Amino acid sequence: MASEKLLMTADDVRRALVRIAHQIVERNRGTDGLVLMGLLRRGVPLAQRIADAIKTFEGVDVPVGGLDINLYRDDLTSRPQPLVRPTQLPVPIAGKTIVLVDDVLYTGRTVRAALDALVDLGRAHQVQLAVLVDRGHRELPIRADYVGKNVPTSLTEEIQVRVREIDQREEVVLVDHERRVLA
Amino acid sequence: MTTRPILIRNVRILDVGDAFDQVGDLLLRDGHVASRGGHVSPSDAIVIDGTSLVATPGFIDFHAHLREPGFEDKETIATGAAAGARGGFTTLCAMPNTNPAIDNGTVVDFVLQRAREAGPVRVLAVGAVTIGRAGKVLTDMEELAGAGVVAFTDDGAPVADARMMRNALLYAADLGLPVVDHCEDYTLTKGTGIHDGWVASRLGLAGYPSAGEESLVARDIALAGMTGGWFHAAHLSTAGGAELVRRAKQRGLRVTAEVTPHHLTMTEEWVLGHQGRHARGPLTAAAYDTHAKVSPPLRAIDDRAAMVEALKDGTIDSIATDHAPHTWSDKTMPFDDANVGLSVLETAFGSLMALVHGGELPLETLIRKLTVGPAAMLGPRHAGLATLRPGTPADVVLFDPNEEWVVDTARFASKGKNTPLRGATLKGRVRLTIAQGQIVHDGMQPETLKKVARS
Amino acid sequence: MTTPQAAAPAITSLAPRRQVLDLDDFTREEIDLVLGTTESMREVLGRSIKKVPSLRGKIIMTLFLEPSTRTRVSFEQAGKILSADVINLSGSGSSAEKGESLLNTGLTLQAMHADLIVMRHKDSGAPYLLARHLKHAGIVNAGDGRHAHPSQALLDLYTMRRHLGSLEGRKVVIIGDVAHSRVARSNIFGLSAAGARVVLCGPPTLLPLELLRGRDTAYPTANVSVETDLDKAIDGADVVMALRIQTERMEGGATPSMREYTRRWQVTEARMRKARPNALLMHPGPMNEGIELASSLAHGDAQRIEEQVTNGVATRMALLYLLLNGPEASA
Repeated sequence: MASEKLLMTADDVRRALVRIAHQIVERNRGTDGLVLMGLLRRGVPLAQRIADAIKTFEGVDVPVGGLDINLYRDDLTSRPQPLVRPTQLPVPIAGKTIVLVDDVLYTGRTVRAALDALVDLGRAHQVQLAVLVDRGHRELPIRADYVGKNVPTSLTEEIQVRVREIDQREEVVLVDHERRVLA
Repeated sequence: MTTRPILIRNVRILDVGDAFDQVGDLLLRDGHVASRGGHVSPSDAIVIDGTSLVATPGFIDFHAHLREPGFEDKETIATGAAAGARGGFTTLCAMPNTNPAIDNGTVVDFVLQRAREAGPVRVLAVGAVTIGRAGKVLTDMEELAGAGVVAFTDDGAPVADARMMRNALLYAADLGLPVVDHCEDYTLTKGTGIHDGWVASRLGLAGYPSAGEESLVARDIALAGMTGGWFHAAHLSTAGGAELVRRAKQRGLRVTAEVTPHHLTMTEEWVLGHQGRHARGPLTAAAYDTHAKVSPPLRAIDDRAAMVEALKDGTIDSIATDHAPHTWSDKTMPFDDANVGLSVLETAFGSLMALVHGGELPLETLIRKLTVGPAAMLGPRHAGLATLRPGTPADVVLFDPNEEWVVDTARFASKGKNTPLRGATLKGRVRLTIAQGQIVHDGMQPETLKKVARS
Repeated sequence: MTTPQAAAPAITSLAPRRQVLDLDDFTREEIDLVLGTTESMREVLGRSIKKVPSLRGKIIMTLFLEPSTRTRVSFEQAGKILSADVINLSGSGSSAEKGESLLNTGLTLQAMHADLIVMRHKDSGAPYLLARHLKHAGIVNAGDGRHAHPSQALLDLYTMRRHLGSLEGRKVVIIGDVAHSRVARSNIFGLSAAGARVVLCGPPTLLPLELLRGRDTAYPTANVSVETDLDKAIDGADVVMALRIQTERMEGGATPSMREYTRRWQVTEARMRKARPNALLMHPGPMNEGIELASSLAHGDAQRIEEQVTNGVATRMALLYLLLNGPEASA
């Protein structure tokens, strides 16, 4: 069996998201024109958490959407086919500041696909990126504007972000597949 | 050309027409049977060991499409005769749906000339009922009979017009010959290529109902009764058609009938592919198997059983192949566009033996329907073909009833590779065919199952 | 309205399937996957920029050897929205000689690196011929003779599920020339697999004879019955589907007259009142107005027609996406 190492508890996740919420508002000097677009699937609940946090300290409802990027992937023939889900757009994005929210930033290819998907949905004023975990190993010139936690990893390792809405529990773990192979 | 005598030693000599069934030696000399039974040892003979084999009179096919003249890309009289030889047939009756049709003496002469050139397998001609088989003008039947035809038919097509059939029966009766009708009511069967049963509705194909055959069989029986003519039902395929013939015979009418090997062994399910073994699940890419497209179509399971029964009780007189060779492209088409017919001569015996091995048909009955039955159609001019009595023509087939072999269409002598049996394992194989005293097919070296299966 | 997506499908790919020839070999999971993906594709169709790159570099050839506009355009649009290169070929395919060239045409298209051939042919089973002989190109049957029209049936299933949710136990009446309809045939198999009760209604000459006579049949008789009286058939129906009547069939003597047909089998407002309230009325098109449906019904609902067209494109996008993506598709 693969070994799992706990990286973030539910509380750690909450604190990181609250911090990101503050950074987003600070960086954009308020919430005007702000839209949070979670990348399906786990980016969506994370974006909702950030919006909830902003509501508590700014008293403003920031629109939250869900972006499905599977029709934009460049790796569909080399991995199991993901289920395509509908993108949910709360408001037209033209002229808005879009914060893409995802659970893990790795090669950057998902974000690249998200940027392409976003372009097809309208001309945003600005696009920013928030991730809960940045594990390195970028293959494209992409960096996050907001990071919950930086985790140096090896290529045999995998970061799993679990959120209550989908996984019935909330935590971030490091899974090492190398050991599983050797075991 | 003089040929050496042929001695088949220690063979089961099965001459059902002459009620002769003994193990012994069969000696053929000067194109005739010299002796049968006992033990002989002539000095100059070619000796063949017949141990565990069966010798019977050469098979007679009353219904083969040899395609020449006009469709030589499908078959020629020479390749058809060679295919017949491989299948144990020493007499073939060539159907007249050629181009030009066999509708005058000149074409008969041509066919018979080609047949002589092809070798000792006896090829007889069947003449058309109407000029060009167009159903409009009666052929000069007397001229055709004089040239040697053994019957009349527009096969491939029915004699659709009842009055034309009436007239044909009267003329043919006068000449002592049968009118062979392809019983198909076009008004019911137009645009169809499959039996009107569950497979047709499964595949969304227009179905050829049994009534499409039965109605013309009934009409022709009525006309035979009215004219006193001889009606022979070609390739009977339905339980209802067989019942009509049965009753006509009981009434003493001059009615005979034949059935094909495929209607005795295959059913509509074969169109689903997988040689009839496809269950009622989803279709596979093998569905719409044009190699199982034939007219009349392969029928329902009950029809097949009824055909076997009718063969046994004498309702059906003979087995005829309806050998219908086609080119690859004739069959490599959407089902509705593909040509009808199977290449049968080389698989007929092997496939029919399944009826014997399966206990449905005694071997003696099978041989009778391949020899005595069709011989009765040919008249006194061709007497002695269905027996091994000394003095009769040396037309002999030697077969191993138990040898298994795999149908490899690449080895067919026929140009037509169109059979749904490709790759099938058949039990019962023709080992040697002798026509008019000459070996026309020598398969004495067993084509071992392994060797064929691997290729 | 219910979203077909509601329950997550158990599978995420149609692989290793390369062909969609009929729905008879689709598992329930596969149908759920296609319908779920259709829902996602509808979202793409709702955007102002109707283009996603997922089939970039894929070549789809449509080979329509029987006249058809809407199905071909629907596939073409679906392919183009997914960024595939779509090349359209057509021809009459009317003569038997065309049949032989069908295989040659297919081989040629394959040699031109077609990843998928979407074909329509007048002959039942024509796509099976290509499926037997083409080793690389995939095949989607866009209608073959009177046999099958799987993408139409998927579209109809999708529309029905959007309106009704589960089809289990629902009564669907299919009216008209059932015996010669590939739409009816594919729907009968798809619907009965989904647990619906299907009643086939029309002139006795245009219903499957073996069903009418209770003989051995290929139809799933547990779920399928026949009824020549439309007033009885439509009673309590959840879905009423009227098929297009081929006028040639009338002239061929299958029914006495168009007048007789409309009197006995036209779906009218009065007859619709015998169906369930809010029963779904469908027509696979193209419609003979005032024949299969009373004009008041035919013109009543432009929105419904629009929805069917949108659903048609989305269904075909889902099929193309699911067939041309995934690990096996690149092999």
